[in-house]
Amino acid sequence: MKILVPVKRVIDYNVRPRVKADGSGVDLANVKMSMNPFDEIAVEQAVRLKEAGQAEEIVVVSVGPAKAADTLRSAMAMGADRAVLVQTEETVEPLAVAKILKAVFEAEQPGLVILGKQAIDDDCNQTGQMLAALTGRPQGTFASKVEIAGDSVNVTREVDGGLETIALTMPAIVTADLRLNEPRYASLPNIMKAKKKPIDTKTPEDFGVDVTPRLKVLKVSEPAGRAAGVLVGSVDELVAKIKDMGVVA
Amino acid sequence: MKALVLAEHGGGALKDSTLSTITAATQLGGDVTVLVAGSGAEAQQAADAAAQVAGVARVLLADDAAYGQMLAENVAALIVPLMDSHDALLCPATSNGKNIAPRVAALLDVMQVSDVLSIEGERTFTRPIYAGNAIATVESAEAKLVLTVRGTSFAKAEAAGGSAPVEPVGGSGDAGLSRFVGCEDSASDRPELTSAGVVVSGGRALKDAETFEAIITPLADKLHAAIGASRAAVDAGYIGNDHQVGQTGKIVAPEVYIAVGISGAIQHLAGMKDSKIIIAINKDPDAPIFQVADVGLVADIFEAVPELTSKL
Repeated sequence: MKILVPVKRVIDYNVRPRVKADGSGVDLANVKMSMNPFDEIAVEQAVRLKEAGQAEEIVVVSVGPAKAADTLRSAMAMGADRAVLVQTEETVEPLAVAKILKAVFEAEQPGLVILGKQAIDDDCNQTGQMLAALTGRPQGTFASKVEIAGDSVNVTREVDGGLETIALTMPAIVTADLRLNEPRYASLPNIMKAKKKPIDTKTPEDFGVDVTPRLKVLKVSEPAGRAAGVLVGSVDELVAKIKDMGVVA
Repeated sequence: MKALVLAEHGGGALKDSTLSTITAATQLGGDVTVLVAGSGAEAQQAADAAAQVAGVARVLLADDAAYGQMLAENVAALIVPLMDSHDALLCPATSNGKNIAPRVAALLDVMQVSDVLSIEGERTFTRPIYAGNAIATVESAEAKLVLTVRGTSFAKAEAAGGSAPVEPVGGSGDAGLSRFVGCEDSASDRPELTSAGVVVSGGRALKDAETFEAIITPLADKLHAAIGASRAAVDAGYIGNDHQVGQTGKIVAPEVYIAVGISGAIQHLAGMKDSKIIIAINKDPDAPIFQVADVGLVADIFEAVPELTSKL
């Protein structure tokens, strides 16, 4: 079985994003970029399935700028076998990404697609579900456990009430949540090896997908601030404050 | 604009997130239809409850075993044909809504607007990006609007006062792609985290699961509060993941949020900073949580919290 893992190059999760003064977006100039953390978890899961003998090949794919090749190399250093870069300098919305991924899905015929539940830049949380819709395949979103059983996959999902397990007929689309696993650090020899692994570069046009955004971003602003309040000196003062607020009788 | 709201319900009642989503739908300025998808008596009761909600013009009840567990494959296929007669689909931004809405959007070939915070115009919305560190104002010219709505950003519609007709609606049933296996609900008598008036949350400083329980639970009991936790506390296994408050967990906005031993990482703040009153207790006076707290107490939580509990 082949596993397809879509990954996205995003602002590093440790960097605090700054809104541009003109309100046109978030300043990404000279900011450290990394693989979307949820996608890293997806890559790790694919590698673990391969190590367990349940998958033969892992293909990673990214839709993004030329530099997304670095992200693909990171994924290959973790254990993916080869990569597809669908290169575009445009900001591509989840729907268009899903259409491109559908074309890659049809070309590669994976048994499983694993991707992050959301990207930490646009926070859309859509791509996996949209890919499942467009391919007509089942979806297991917000996965905290993935177990292959014959021609189906059991996905335990993190839902509002706790955990839910569903069985999906493969091929299936799984989106990774935080607790699925802890991604490994790539070893130096594996980083070196990844440099020799192939990246097939394409464009959205190659797949006949129009990536023109459907939504217009009118402005991006700072969230409303919250003024710091008062510090109290003792529990008794805190109790008085809480009673003032009418939280308890 | 005719809006369709996908109801989130359980135990024969509507969840608060549904009521907030109905409010958002009414702000679009047209008729509001509520779709209750489910199975059996509980679905019927939820539909009856939806019919009572002020501002609802019509309730559609899809009663089929295939919709009992809200499997996205089945529910999305139910919704798509209903969009022929509606201009907008609004789902609560809950795990269910986030699971189903994008599947519908893709089948309709439209871009979804996720996690709507406010409705600025019939086609203009604000939404958080970069873990809430920025707010984007977006405009959609799509033929159909598909929105997920952040419940805490909209007031709850009045649960009484309406008298909408309930009409049965049929769908294609089981798509045969997925099957519900089981669930582990964290049963609790406490109020639901996302709709509780008071939330008491604990962080990594609580050391272990036993200490978390011993320090946080009595205070929460006293205040009839829901229990939350930081990601660090959840990752360390002090409490289940369904208690996690933050960008990747639950977004809460209670009347009072009490943060115990939580430093206030960006991702945690993103999940609670819209709370009306924030109270923080932490040993570290430089903890970022104090920058958003209305009332702060710098103290050892292991002494201060039991004392607080006993004095309330």
